[in-house]
Amino acid sequence: MSDKPEELSVQSSQNEQELSSDAKQPMAPKNIAEQTEHVVDTPQSRLEQLVEQLKHDIAEDVVDEAVINEVNGQLPTITIKKEHWLATARWFQLEEEWSCDYLRNLAGVDQGDELEVVYHLISLQTRREIAVHVKTEREQPWIPSVTPLWPTANWNEREVYDLLGIDFPGHPDLRRIMMPDDWVGHPLRKDYDPSDSEV
Amino acid sequence: MIRTEELLLNVGPQHPSTHGVFRIVLKLDGEIIREATPVMGYLHRGTEKLAEQLNYTQIIPYTDRMDYVSAMTNNYVLVHAVEKMMNIEVPERAEFMRLIVMELQRVASHLVWWGTYLLDIGAMSPFLYAFRDREVIIDLFNELCGARLTYNYMRVGGVKWDAPSGWIDKVRDFIPYMRKRLKEYDKLVSGNEIFLARIKDVGKYDAQTAIAYGLSGANLRCTGVNWDLRKQEPYSLYERFDFDVPLSFNGDCYDRYTIRIEEIVQSLRILEQAVEQFPSGGETMGKVPRVIRPPAGEVYARIESPRGEIGCYIVSKGKAEPYRLKFRRPSFVNLQILPELLVGQSMTNLITILGGVDIVVGEVDC
Repeated sequence: MSDKPEELSVQSSQNEQELSSDAKQPMAPKNIAEQTEHVVDTPQSRLEQLVEQLKHDIAEDVVDEAVINEVNGQLPTITIKKEHWLATARWFQLEEEWSCDYLRNLAGVDQGDELEVVYHLISLQTRREIAVHVKTEREQPWIPSVTPLWPTANWNEREVYDLLGIDFPGHPDLRRIMMPDDWVGHPLRKDYDPSDSEV
Repeated sequence: MIRTEELLLNVGPQHPSTHGVFRIVLKLDGEIIREATPVMGYLHRGTEKLAEQLNYTQIIPYTDRMDYVSAMTNNYVLVHAVEKMMNIEVPERAEFMRLIVMELQRVASHLVWWGTYLLDIGAMSPFLYAFRDREVIIDLFNELCGARLTYNYMRVGGVKWDAPSGWIDKVRDFIPYMRKRLKEYDKLVSGNEIFLARIKDVGKYDAQTAIAYGLSGANLRCTGVNWDLRKQEPYSLYERFDFDVPLSFNGDCYDRYTIRIEEIVQSLRILEQAVEQFPSGGETMGKVPRVIRPPAGEVYARIESPRGEIGCYIVSKGKAEPYRLKFRRPSFVNLQILPELLVGQSMTNLITILGGVDIVVGEVDC
């Protein structure tokens, strides 16, 4: 995050150089002003705007963390409190400028102290895209189900339940999907102990 | 209306029409399906768990075994994700090789689907024709990397093997050959009245349902949604080539059929241009550190496989092994709509609809 403004300043100084080399243009100073004004609309500024909107529309403490994922094509990535996740998910689905109708990926991750589920949302109309992390504690983990909002979450949540043991209240049919029904434990957890390791 | 006693019918896991070890439990009222419950996991190998103990190059062979009908695109999504994380430049020649094998793979994969789908519906000979033509592609791959199905061809930063001399010419020769065959198949099958009666207006859904269920590939485009990642979020060199995204609007099995056939035509178009523009020299591997250690962070890379959006989500902690690796498998996601489509259908439509989704169970279970 910290190197972001630096990068921006580098960009604007480059623009200045370009413009000053083209000295014949009489409107150059004004152009620079426009340019810098334009630069304000960065992924970072849009992310900050989103966080403000969420705070206003959902709750003051809804966002735990908001970063731009540089390697992933400047993908805005936010961490939402699980208590507010359902309301936030509905917000992303209904808010006109987002209208995230397509849940493209849902992955569970064991982060050690906490478990988390990562949602990759996109709107096929506006093409806006966001990654949402929702964290939950290790003992008795739960995250509200988004299956009522995106039916595609159904099997994905079952898979996360099966392999990581996260409960999804509100899921219509939460049971194991990959492992046998009588399996003990959740294999994708980092502390999972395969009792028959020689197999 | 006469109601009969409810019958519980178990289809699979060894039924040939379920394309692998997939099982579905049906509640039947006479011949009408009242409820369908898919049961999977028979082919679950824990690829994602295994990957946590392997370095990135070692994971590539595992991706071959997910969607074993389209191993090249699986290879690509993994190496593409790692390259994104590490910001690795892939030489042009390597990227051309990748694109050519991915499009050949798309043709081969659609041919397998075409042949087996018609076999499911009761036509024997198309299966043999499809496999004869796919064999040409498999031979090309065999010559390139020594394997017929599990290629392990791509590497982070490039490809393992350069094209042997004369290989590109063989690809060039394949294009008119396949075009001619496609015309024959169209004559043979596409107008067949029995075939049309079995697939037209069967397994219909609209665009809204398709999007809600997260469908991708031909399953999504058959409802008129223009969503092909090669066009919408271009990766590799797809921006350089001229091709169309076949669309259709009815959302039934017939539309999915026509789209896949048309996609073969479009892939051949891409191949034709790629072979023409193929660079005469250059490296097949970019500059890659000896130990591949992506910086801490996460990435979600996705590409258009023959079955839809295949994605690879990597969480790295800066080690040589991924902390978490998750594959978004199009077969798994696309299959979810099946119980919804089957309710109220006659038993005979089960195979038509299941086949139309185009699943590979290795990818469903992963």
